[in-house]
Amino acid sequence: MPTLTIDGKQIEVPAGTTIIQAADKLGITIPRYCYHPALPVSGNCRICMIEVEKQPKLQISCYTPVTEGMVVKTNSPKVLGVRKTILEFLLVNHPVDCPVCDQAGECKLQDYYMEHGQYDSRLSDVKVKKEKKAFSIGPTVMLDQERCILCTRCVRFTDNITKTHEFGVFNRGDHSQLDVYPGKQLDNSYSGNVVDICPVGALTDKDFRFKCRVWYLDKTKSVCPGCSMGCNITVEWDKMRPAQLKKARVMRLKPRHNQDVNDYWMCDKGRYKYRFIDENRIQHPQLNDDVILWDRAIDTVAQALKSLKSFNRTDRIGVLASAQLTNEDLFVIRKLFKETLKGAQVDFRVPQPPGDSDSFLIKADKNPNTAGALNILEPDADAAGIVQKAISGDIDLLYVFGHDLIALWDKKTVEQISRKAKLFVYQGSNINDTCNYAHLNLPSSVYAEKTGTFTNCQGRVQRIWPAFLPIGEAKGDWDILSLLSAKLGVPLGYQDSQEIFKDIAATLAPFSEMSYEKISDKGMLLKLL
Amino acid sequence: MGNMTEKRRLELEKYFDPKGSFASLRMAQMKRAWKQSNRRELNWLENTYIPTLMEGLWLTSKHFFYNLTFHVFHLFGLYKEIPAAVTYQYPEKPRPLALRLRTRHRLTKREDGSVRCVACMMCETICPARCIEITAAEHPDPNIEKYPFEFNIDLGKCVYCGFCVEACPEDAIRMDTNKLDIAEYTRQNMIYNKKRLMEG
Ligand code: SF4
Ligand code: SF4
Ligand code: SF4
Ligand code: SF4
Repeated sequence: MPTLTIDGKQIEVPAGTTIIQAADKLGITIPRYCYHPALPVSGNCRICMIEVEKQPKLQISCYTPVTEGMVVKTNSPKVLGVRKTILEFLLVNHPVDCPVCDQAGECKLQDYYMEHGQYDSRLSDVKVKKEKKAFSIGPTVMLDQERCILCTRCVRFTDNITKTHEFGVFNRGDHSQLDVYPGKQLDNSYSGNVVDICPVGALTDKDFRFKCRVWYLDKTKSVCPGCSMGCNITVEWDKMRPAQLKKARVMRLKPRHNQDVNDYWMCDKGRYKYRFIDENRIQHPQLNDDVILWDRAIDTVAQALKSLKSFNRTDRIGVLASAQLTNEDLFVIRKLFKETLKGAQVDFRVPQPPGDSDSFLIKADKNPNTAGALNILEPDADAAGIVQKAISGDIDLLYVFGHDLIALWDKKTVEQISRKAKLFVYQGSNINDTCNYAHLNLPSSVYAEKTGTFTNCQGRVQRIWPAFLPIGEAKGDWDILSLLSAKLGVPLGYQDSQEIFKDIAATLAPFSEMSYEKISDKGMLLKLL
Repeated sequence: MGNMTEKRRLELEKYFDPKGSFASLRMAQMKRAWKQSNRRELNWLENTYIPTLMEGLWLTSKHFFYNLTFHVFHLFGLYKEIPAAVTYQYPEKPRPLALRLRTRHRLTKREDGSVRCVACMMCETICPARCIEITAAEHPDPNIEKYPFEFNIDLGKCVYCGFCVEACPEDAIRMDTNKLDIAEYTRQNMIYNKKRLMEG
């Protein structure tokens, strides 16, 4: 284990570590363009040059392994001078059209040339112009070769991570340019990631292009609800332009580093699946097409539940919970329907056709919390059975959480349920065909408006944070249920999600010893016996 | 907190009580304020108000005869360089404006008449009143890349600071229309869209 000194700070690292990794551990950021912790080292951008004592020449920190007693300077005058020269070199053919560049604001090229005072070019040569400015290279990404600094991060990503080999660097010297191979398109299922790793604005996301400037965005840590992998993400939403909020809040999703789950990546399906947060939402409680107040909505359900309970017919309550709900929501469902209203039939495993999957991130189960739902609800009924009973009129109150029954079964089934059931409640965030047949629609919040936890396919419990308040009059799922239980006369008494989670940890063995603080942003594995 | 306001209220009540121990202090404070306001007693002549009346009459007549004389001279083309009445016949005759005065915005145009703005949103970012709203879109010419599909300025909110003009890297927005009289019947009409801003 060699010990070295970087900028006066000592650190001991395993042999074979490079200087840039050691510096990262110390919290010292050495500038970088081509180096990426998840990709093989290429060492072509030269911006990460540092000075090692007793070595006459500067070294690239991304490729130089540490040795015992090394003394490294990352900010000496010599280093700064060289960094400035390298920046100048990188900018030789760079258009510097930051005002129309989507990367501006999160572009390290821009940041460093401002920092090092490279405002005006000293070169008299004309910049080499490429034939085309920005052009499409696939369904999700645009390429602007003029802005590319040939760091080859994108090439290494498609060569090593997705192994689809779309990118290459063509021609030589001043004329070298990045492009996709002739006849190829960047259309793999992880293509959006090249935009994240491109250190400049050469690769831009068609979906995000020109929508918003990056400095308008606020970032909230979350977990992708797209499949049971539960990739860690940040929800990036527009907080600067209240006028624009009328249209949409969420502007884009970005992967968040988590070594144990998704590393630095996420799939395109998940990345572009955010429109439902702002579009097509149920805004108010509705009883048979009439907008009503929450009070009355809760009253309606409570009345029905009360009468069923007083006649001891809780077995005529059917609940179709969902693995899209958080652990907290599911626990409150368990409390209400399996304890207070003991005998109610609860399940979440509706027959969903398996989705696409691969060996990297994408999982066939498209729900973010199947493992959590199994462990918390411990269902003994089965969803198909509940629906069958509802059709034959053996269920008086059917409570559906967010499932589109018409897509899962068919229109005729839902029509029959609507006719046979005394009360058919749909609690969900978005409008779908089933809403039209439900007697009562209750608007609930989406994951980006919730505090809670999801359990992914590895059994890792991961936190989500609320980015903004629920749309319209929507409420969190457990919020609605605790109002309901208060109306029933058996209040659960939860003030926030954290209290519920404490209760989960105290009640359920797999969750024991967990708390929000311990889960933090890296997650914690379930204890499975 | 509530305790503090209650205490303060009692203090004030004591202070304003006409029979209380603060009454004499208050009188003294009022007298001092009176003296500090620099008023003096009027003498008997001033009390008749006649001198002030004459003064006013003189001032009005002076301007009247001055303007009458010079307007008549101007009619005959004499003494044109000496101005007469200082009243501007607004709105028929607008006041001359200083060159650097910031007036209503306009969006400048390229040679082909299309909008010059590249929708970089610098102005939207800097605007302290948050009254600019731009929706960018892809320009058909890839060398321009970006253009404002929508460009709205809410002049009901604008504080005429001119920051937007300073921030623009393209000289695409200027405040030199010399239009000051912006009035509308609805708030919605105060929002100027791209078309109105380009008309100048
Ligand atoms: S890549 Fe960076 S430096 Fe280049 S135009 Fe875009 S923001 Fe500016
Ligand atoms: S497109 Fe971006 S990531 Fe790819 S080589 Fe150019 S600068 Fe690097
Ligand atoms: S003048 Fe000031 S307040 Fe008005 S639009 Fe420009 S930046 Fe905004
Ligand atoms: S700063 Fe200028 S170019 Fe940029 S959006 Fe505003 S008017 Fe358009």
